[in-house]
Amino acid sequence: MGTIGEAVRRRRSGLRAGVAGRILDFALIAIIAAFLILLGTKVVAQGGSFFVQILTFAVANGGIYALIALGYTMVYGIIELINFAHGDVFAFGAFLSGSLLPIFGLREGGAFTPVSAVALLAVFALTMLACAFLNISIERIAYRPLRHAPRLAPLITAVGVSFFLEGALFLWKGPSNVHYPNILPNAGFELFGATIGVKDLLVIGISLILMFALGLFVQRSRLGKAMRATAQDRDAALLMGIDIDRTIAATFFIGAILAGAGGTMYGLYYNTSVFDLGFSAGLVAFTAAVFGGIGNIYGAAIGGMVIGMIRTFWDGYFDSAWTDVMIFTILILVLIFRPTGLLGMRVPEK
Amino acid sequence: MLRQFWERGPRRDPNTIAYVVLLVAAIFFPILVNVITGGNSSSIMTVAADAGVYVLLAIGLNVVVGFAGLLDLGYAAFFAIGAYTYAFLASDHMRVTPLGEPIHVSFWIVLVIAMFVAASFGVILGAPTLRLRGDYLAIVTLGFGEIVPRVFRNAAGWTSGVNGISALDIPSLPLWLQGPWSGDPFAVVPDFKIISSIGYYAIMVILVIICVILVRNLQRSRLGRAWMAVREDEVAAAAMGVNTVAVKLLAFSIGAAFSGFAGTYYAGKLSLVSPENFGFSVSITILVMVVLGGMGNIPGVITGALLVYYVIFVLLQQLPEFAVNFVTSIGLGGLVKSSGDYPGIAEFISRLKFLVFGLILVIVMLVRPQGLLPSRQREQELQKGVKEDTVIEDVNAETT
Amino acid sequence: MTVEAAAPILRVDHVTKRFGGLVAVDDVTFDVKKGEIFALIGPNGAGKTTLFNGITGIFPPTTGRVIFQDREITGAKPHQVATLGIARTFQNIRLFEYMSALDNVRLGQHCRMSAKLWDSLFKTPLERREERRVTDRAIELLKFVGIERYTHTYARNLPYGSQRRLEIARALATNPALLLLDEPAAGFTPQEKVELMGLVHKIVDNGVTVFLIEHDMKVVMGVSRRIVVLDHGEKIAEGTPEQVRNDQRVIEAYLGKQH
Repeated sequence: MGTIGEAVRRRRSGLRAGVAGRILDFALIAIIAAFLILLGTKVVAQGGSFFVQILTFAVANGGIYALIALGYTMVYGIIELINFAHGDVFAFGAFLSGSLLPIFGLREGGAFTPVSAVALLAVFALTMLACAFLNISIERIAYRPLRHAPRLAPLITAVGVSFFLEGALFLWKGPSNVHYPNILPNAGFELFGATIGVKDLLVIGISLILMFALGLFVQRSRLGKAMRATAQDRDAALLMGIDIDRTIAATFFIGAILAGAGGTMYGLYYNTSVFDLGFSAGLVAFTAAVFGGIGNIYGAAIGGMVIGMIRTFWDGYFDSAWTDVMIFTILILVLIFRPTGLLGMRVPEK
Repeated sequence: MLRQFWERGPRRDPNTIAYVVLLVAAIFFPILVNVITGGNSSSIMTVAADAGVYVLLAIGLNVVVGFAGLLDLGYAAFFAIGAYTYAFLASDHMRVTPLGEPIHVSFWIVLVIAMFVAASFGVILGAPTLRLRGDYLAIVTLGFGEIVPRVFRNAAGWTSGVNGISALDIPSLPLWLQGPWSGDPFAVVPDFKIISSIGYYAIMVILVIICVILVRNLQRSRLGRAWMAVREDEVAAAAMGVNTVAVKLLAFSIGAAFSGFAGTYYAGKLSLVSPENFGFSVSITILVMVVLGGMGNIPGVITGALLVYYVIFVLLQQLPEFAVNFVTSIGLGGLVKSSGDYPGIAEFISRLKFLVFGLILVIVMLVRPQGLLPSRQREQELQKGVKEDTVIEDVNAETT
Repeated sequence: MTVEAAAPILRVDHVTKRFGGLVAVDDVTFDVKKGEIFALIGPNGAGKTTLFNGITGIFPPTTGRVIFQDREITGAKPHQVATLGIARTFQNIRLFEYMSALDNVRLGQHCRMSAKLWDSLFKTPLERREERRVTDRAIELLKFVGIERYTHTYARNLPYGSQRRLEIARALATNPALLLLDEPAAGFTPQEKVELMGLVHKIVDNGVTVFLIEHDMKVVMGVSRRIVVLDHGEKIAEGTPEQVRNDQRVIEAYLGKQH
């Protein structure tokens, strides 16, 4: 009976639990602070221009991860499913846009004219639509029939779909890195001794615009409100006359639009892609979504930015072989110490 | 008297036939292969003994996924831990590490050590996370599964990095009797190395039989019932006095122990470990075996493991060659050569692996979610399928 | 042996439960005496089930104390509460649907079993003996509640009334000193209600204190000596059935204020 007395003593007041939570938060902050201090010494040692350069990469990288993370968080918010295939939809976006560019007359080394800008816009639009269509089909075929099945079932199909898509990309382009045409001008300007290119500005600009548009959409539009209502309480939303199937499909649609844009920008930025890009990028983006608080779109945007930046800074200043180990360690620590993330909502177990 | 009458129901095992068939097949398989190949069975027996590793892994993962309903997506991490435990403890490798001294521990002892090491990692990982929602565990295990091989790859000072560790000790039987039948005088050879593929096969079969008996005992015990109850309704199970976190932790660490055990056998047989052999696709392969065979049902899981192993490691390996012969024979020889993005029929077929995997998972979940040989409970649960969404409160929710 | 022992077995002491801004249970205090049939009634949403969840540790109270057999159990985990000797049933039956009735009741004995992992793995004599004992006891309990013909049927396939009885058998399997029944007669026909009342009396005769939530005033009046009435989370009355029946606030709560 000793254990019970002990447990009772431990849990007698909510205050204790609060203190324990505080300590864990404090530990987390201490770890982050330690990292920042370590980083700070390196930054000072290596000079300011290198730092500005890395910072630019970091923000661009963070923007791309934020776009992917949004898709994870939206789908999780509405049907509580970790859509494993989402990262592969992103990778599909990168592959598809890479193949579309030459068709639209955008070739590596060609001059970038206003016409090319329009063509690039068309590639963006087509890729985003194709990804959206793909994601909706995935939902329709693999997830919707299992909506009332035990929880494990759709999670396993999600893993299956992810493998299927990776397999399809593997068949399409093979096992090695695929070159992505470098069509953007290499021009840029100097800032504190670092070069900020058109690419950087384009990626940062487009991701900010898309995130802002998504925020407006979710807050203001009818469909956005329906999404928030469905995420909060599916049954109540149903009673209020919201078409659940349509709302869920719309969520997959929008998530994939962002992933498609992210995939295109990834290609334009890094000029390379590989069949299992979606797996690694997806895991990082999912980490970002969890970090920000899964289910919360602002959390995903911030989380994506932060994780993307941590990654780039680590790559820049430390041994990049350990980057992924560090990211996944963050994932596990966040889930253990602060499962609701930075801005997370509390979701009851279903 | 009355009790025996009542007990007959639940004690009667519908799987008895399946077990008998599997056992008979395991015994006659080597004989059959020997006859067919005319005494040259060693390469096939090697493959068969390797399949046994996956059977062990599938039985272990089944405890986690099938019995307790926890999704473990990083199962290969514990497999890696088991394999590296053997590599560290039974080779000359430690001489080149900062330790500077080689360690040679007997295979049989390492089997046990590896079980405990893997189980400890399971506890360390599971204890803080099993309080959380079910799919958070899936993510934590996935993350762990990504971390472990990378650590083995990056910590080159200890693990030789990508090159892996080779020339591990060959397992030996503790004692072996030598006698007139081998043309020698009676003697006890204390260090009888297992080198023949038949030897590995026999050991594998014995290990699998022991594991099946133990796991089956577990399934029908107090603990097995508690797992089933936790899987169905955690709140009700807790209200009936089941310590749900402890019970889930046990399932998770028993699964990890199995994986560590299989890892040691694998390393011992291959005499080589490399960080590339324990990636996400290995975890998924084992999961496919369990799901396809029938979560929760041991003979189903064994069948699933053998089937998937055959498809991936035998059929898909031979298929490219077969496809080349086939298209040539029907006059489409042009398909054999690669052109542009098209890699040629052989490579094309061998690239199908991931796609086929994904398809199997999706189709099985959609068409036959209970698997090929399901357990009775699972069959009911999943066939009826439409289990209405009931709101289950989080038992361990902190009320803040 | 009904109310001769007046010592409280359960004391609910100024218990309050808040969910965010909503006060579901508001400063409720009462005693349940050893060996009695005690009832908690009140209109829908009065906080009855929330109080049960507070006692059994599913949602610990925000403030206040729960004392069981002179031991404070506030904030103990559900399985600890069950092990200490409080068993419960659920308003919306929560059986293990895909386990047989027998297994449901055997599971109920989980916390009274001592087989360790080692015993289960190797089927030690201790484990075999214990399994036999547990099976015997389970069959006994199924007979006690009158559903032994469903021993090997999946719980989900039992008729509704038998499911409620199975839930009671499962709760009794934990060998409780106090049994909490959450609307045990919900959805029953008058005939079934009478049978249930008989079962409740039988349980009390076996030395288990019964604390039940009921919606149907008639069932409660017939079965219990003492009643507490909750309305909007507050205790509005406590006493014998006659006292409660004539209490102005109770009448208002059930029939609405007549203005």
